[in-house]
Amino acid sequence: MTDLTTSSGGAASGQTGISSADLGLRRRHRKELRLKILGMAAILFAATMLFILLASIVSSGYKAFTQTHLELEIEVQEDLIPADNPARGDYQAMVEAALLDYYPDAADDERRAITSILSSGAALKLRDNVLSDPDLIGTQTTVNVPVSDNYDQLNKDLLDRDLPENRRRLDDSQIAYFDRLEDAGIVSAPINWTLVTAADSRFPELAGLKGALIGSFWALLVCFLISFPLGIGAAIYLEEFAKKNRTSDFIEVNINNLAAVPSVVFGLLALAVFLGWFGMPRSAPLVGGMTLALMTMPTIIISTRAALKAVPPSIREAALGVGASKHQVVFGHVLPLAMPGILTGTIIGLAQALGETAPLLLIGMNAFITSAPASPVDAATALPTQIYIWADSPERGFVSRTSAAIMVLLTFLVAMNALAIFLRSKFERRW
Amino acid sequence: MTTLAFALLFVLACTGYVMNRRAAQAIWADGTRLHSLSNFHGLYSLLLVVIPIFVLIILWLLLAPFVINAITVASLPADVMSEASSGQAQLILAEISSIAGGRVFGDPEPWKIDAANRLVFLNEASSYALVAAVVVLGAALAYFARQRVSAEFRARQRVETMVSGLMIFCATVAIFTTIGIIAALVFETWKFFSMVPFTEFLFGLNWEPQIPIREGQIAGAGAFGWLPVILGTLVITAVALIVAVPTGLMSAIYLNEFAPKSVRSVVKPFLEILAGVPTVVYGFFAILVVAPAIRSFGQSIGLDVSPNTALAAGSVMGVMLIPFISSFADDALSAVPNALREGSLAMGATRGEMMTTVLFPAAIPGIVGGVLLAVSRAIGETMIVVMAAGLIAKMTINPLDSVTTVTVQIVTLLIGDTSFDNPKTLAAFALGLMLFLVTLLINVFALRIVRKYREAYD
Amino acid sequence: MYDADQNRTERKVGQKDIKITARDVQVYYGTNHAIKDVSVEIEDKTVTAFIGPSGCGKSTFLRCLNRMNDTIDICRVEGNIAIDGEDIYDRRVDPVQLRAKVGMVFQKPNPFPKSIYDNVAYGPKIHGLAKNKSELDDIVERALRRGAIWDEVKDRLQAPGTGLSGGQQQRLCIARAVATEPEVLLMDEPCSALDPIATGQVEELIDELKQNYSVVIVTHSMQQAARVSQKTAFFHLGNLVEYDDTEKIFTNPQDSRTESYITGRIG
Repeated sequence: MTDLTTSSGGAASGQTGISSADLGLRRRHRKELRLKILGMAAILFAATMLFILLASIVSSGYKAFTQTHLELEIEVQEDLIPADNPARGDYQAMVEAALLDYYPDAADDERRAITSILSSGAALKLRDNVLSDPDLIGTQTTVNVPVSDNYDQLNKDLLDRDLPENRRRLDDSQIAYFDRLEDAGIVSAPINWTLVTAADSRFPELAGLKGALIGSFWALLVCFLISFPLGIGAAIYLEEFAKKNRTSDFIEVNINNLAAVPSVVFGLLALAVFLGWFGMPRSAPLVGGMTLALMTMPTIIISTRAALKAVPPSIREAALGVGASKHQVVFGHVLPLAMPGILTGTIIGLAQALGETAPLLLIGMNAFITSAPASPVDAATALPTQIYIWADSPERGFVSRTSAAIMVLLTFLVAMNALAIFLRSKFERRW
Repeated sequence: MTTLAFALLFVLACTGYVMNRRAAQAIWADGTRLHSLSNFHGLYSLLLVVIPIFVLIILWLLLAPFVINAITVASLPADVMSEASSGQAQLILAEISSIAGGRVFGDPEPWKIDAANRLVFLNEASSYALVAAVVVLGAALAYFARQRVSAEFRARQRVETMVSGLMIFCATVAIFTTIGIIAALVFETWKFFSMVPFTEFLFGLNWEPQIPIREGQIAGAGAFGWLPVILGTLVITAVALIVAVPTGLMSAIYLNEFAPKSVRSVVKPFLEILAGVPTVVYGFFAILVVAPAIRSFGQSIGLDVSPNTALAAGSVMGVMLIPFISSFADDALSAVPNALREGSLAMGATRGEMMTTVLFPAAIPGIVGGVLLAVSRAIGETMIVVMAAGLIAKMTINPLDSVTTVTVQIVTLLIGDTSFDNPKTLAAFALGLMLFLVTLLINVFALRIVRKYREAYD
Repeated sequence: MYDADQNRTERKVGQKDIKITARDVQVYYGTNHAIKDVSVEIEDKTVTAFIGPSGCGKSTFLRCLNRMNDTIDICRVEGNIAIDGEDIYDRRVDPVQLRAKVGMVFQKPNPFPKSIYDNVAYGPKIHGLAKNKSELDDIVERALRRGAIWDEVKDRLQAPGTGLSGGQQQRLCIARAVATEPEVLLMDEPCSALDPIATGQVEELIDELKQNYSVVIVTHSMQQAARVSQKTAFFHLGNLVEYDDTEKIFTNPQDSRTESYITGRIG
């Protein structure tokens, strides 16, 4: 029987030889290909979105890592600085005088416009220099001072000179003032250390993330101190000790549901209970950390239980067999073996907590605070809420600073996740 | 002083541990056989000291301010307090405590300064009392624990009982959190419905919560019908699902069946990156890139597009949900037994036919569970909509219009002035309760489906 | 449709044809050499049993015959396997079409989570064997009859296939496999998940199936091989040790390994 290769007399209609692809079969394969292509298109779409997201943030954010400065030769005039209280000297006048040296023929009304090039941080910088080195009084000193936001934008080409004058933030004469400084060679754009050494400010050129970084640190520390022991305790109990009954089922359902409760609801809880009923301080990282801890705990419990489950029963039986108590087995053998998995889950949970914003907004961690918190009960912002504040600010300079803050946040998240992956790959044991 | 209290607790606990351990070792050195290892005698003392004193400190810190405030208020001149409303009383108390903190504004009345001094004194007294209580109680407990050290004492059992108790406490924290959420939401919502009729909230078609908090503020008359808000939420959720469900399912199908191992090992972690991006970043992405793009595209084809469309917020939320749906669908497809795949292939199905006629239908319960969880996520998602959606509630289903959502309203109502006695603030809690109930229902339902599905194939 | 049965009646008259020829087949799982130099000729309208201790490669070899091993990434097949003289590992051969010709029944009954009717109609539908509903109904009925399960399920064709008992499920799977009118039926330990009564029913069915198909059955039960097969191949450690008439293998094995397996000394 060789009728397999000829189409006549096949076993059934449409069935021909196994190597001759008929029309129907080709159609079926085309259908399959279409499915495949759709799948690849879906992945490509997701990849494109991720790429656009990262690219737009990096391309708008990298400019915030520099800040336009002017190198001014300033005469520190003794008569403008009260001897008994040098901090209250009229440094603004000195800086302005140094700047106006470049415009000897400027009229009075022009002078006001020219001095607006200077950031209000310029005088502060001179003051700090003088306060740290009083010998400067009465001498000439060279200081690198920041320029105000619009001119910073101009220098970074973020302000389009070709736009009609009435749609620009700087008119032609203002641009001309700045160009003169550029010609004089005193404009530079060094790395913007302010971004990490200063706290928030209304002026983009003076605003930094220090307060937010420290606030996030306190909040995460509190979150870890609460959620880690509570989460592990609960997980061990449920996994190793609890009897399968109504109560443990109820707890389990509870934990699974808590993990899926919208984060803003935890904010409402914190607002009503921690702030409203217990009278805890508003905007404090302590409260933020407690709220985040409640949200992180289910994650830690779930990953801890998975890690405990992965420890083979033979280890438990071996230890029980030599007469160890249940507690000794769990704390002496099972828990240490499960630790890498638990730590991995905890770090991933903390990374989620670091990016969490909504509950912190409700407890007031979006306040405008110009100094870094000294303790977890001081008012502070956190990294994500700082991003929210800056994204909401109208000044142009905050656009790139928001992106820069996002880059900082993402860097931390990547670092934490990398640590988690490293821990997993380094210590993971397959049984 | 709080730090000192904790430090003393630490010292006392360590002392107790060492004392008991030494005592037990001494007995052992005498040649008597101990029931429990000396270490357990030490731990017994440690836990016996730490647990009650830790609870004491926490309770003290929580309750002392209330007691102190009550004493301060009680000592205020009776004629002042009898006239003051509860809000004014709060203000007076706040002023007194700010004076006590050294921040004096203007010229306060002498009785306020007296009260402030008293407050300072009470606060200090409370701190000292706390430290004293810690020391006395701690020493007593350590002494008690030390007395119990003996060869027959079953220290290990005692320790294990205490540890078990601690663990049970940890496990119940989850329950307390749920109770806390429900209590907080229900309590504040109750107050809200005593000001705004229940039917207006549930069936009203207007949502204008910006009512004056203080007299003389310019604001609307106020209306609290939540229907336009929930409608806006649904519009944005629908847009998000339209983006996320096909993309997520298609990528899961591809990854699960067609992708070579190398592609899968690259794409899966990359999708996880998409899932790990904080929502505040997505929100900024929406206002920085997506909304302007949609707007300029709309204008180029002659459509009037509002700057914060439901489309922008919804589509970005959809991108956020892609990995969520994809990984759920991937898990569901993987959970289908290999026997079914082979059965289908052995019948001469192509892989595509196997996927669409056997694998996918078999995985549908799991996939539906995942999609439902995504719906609950979309409804509860906050930052993207707070940043990219509108504030004004409109009865519209046009995705090019600006709509608002439940979460946006919660956040905007609670940012800034929050006093718990006006409907504007409390409305947020009513919305929060609704949000909690709706997402809870969806979650319970979805988790049940997923669990049933897993059991069916285990 | 009727051609097929006529053809089969014709074939029955003539001498037994060789249906499948395998020459020097090697199978590798990664670096593991699972099948070594297997050459065998399988007859049409015959039940051929593959026996041997577990892990001897009998299932692996069976899965080569309809290229099910293609679905395992690390699996590599060398050598030549031909059905009716045509190399099934030829590049032009579409495994999809091959599997329509070579049906397979698995160790564990694996009905799709669909109705009984849809389970059986699955193959005819994807291969486009029926032009309309009544034709499809006919195919389903015929397949269920051949699967010896028609009488048990004819009143509940729309009930889920997963609701049947184990033996019924396995016969449903056999019906599903024969619905596409295959020429070869591969059975991978089809009775190992069944109780003795269901096993008896399936064995009876296999005996009937050999009227129409070339049946290859993998089994770890020698009694079963003796009961249902005409030819038996004994595999050991990836080698085909002995291949002959079943009667001969069980009464007078040539190879000492076969003898010790049959008498229970290796297993």
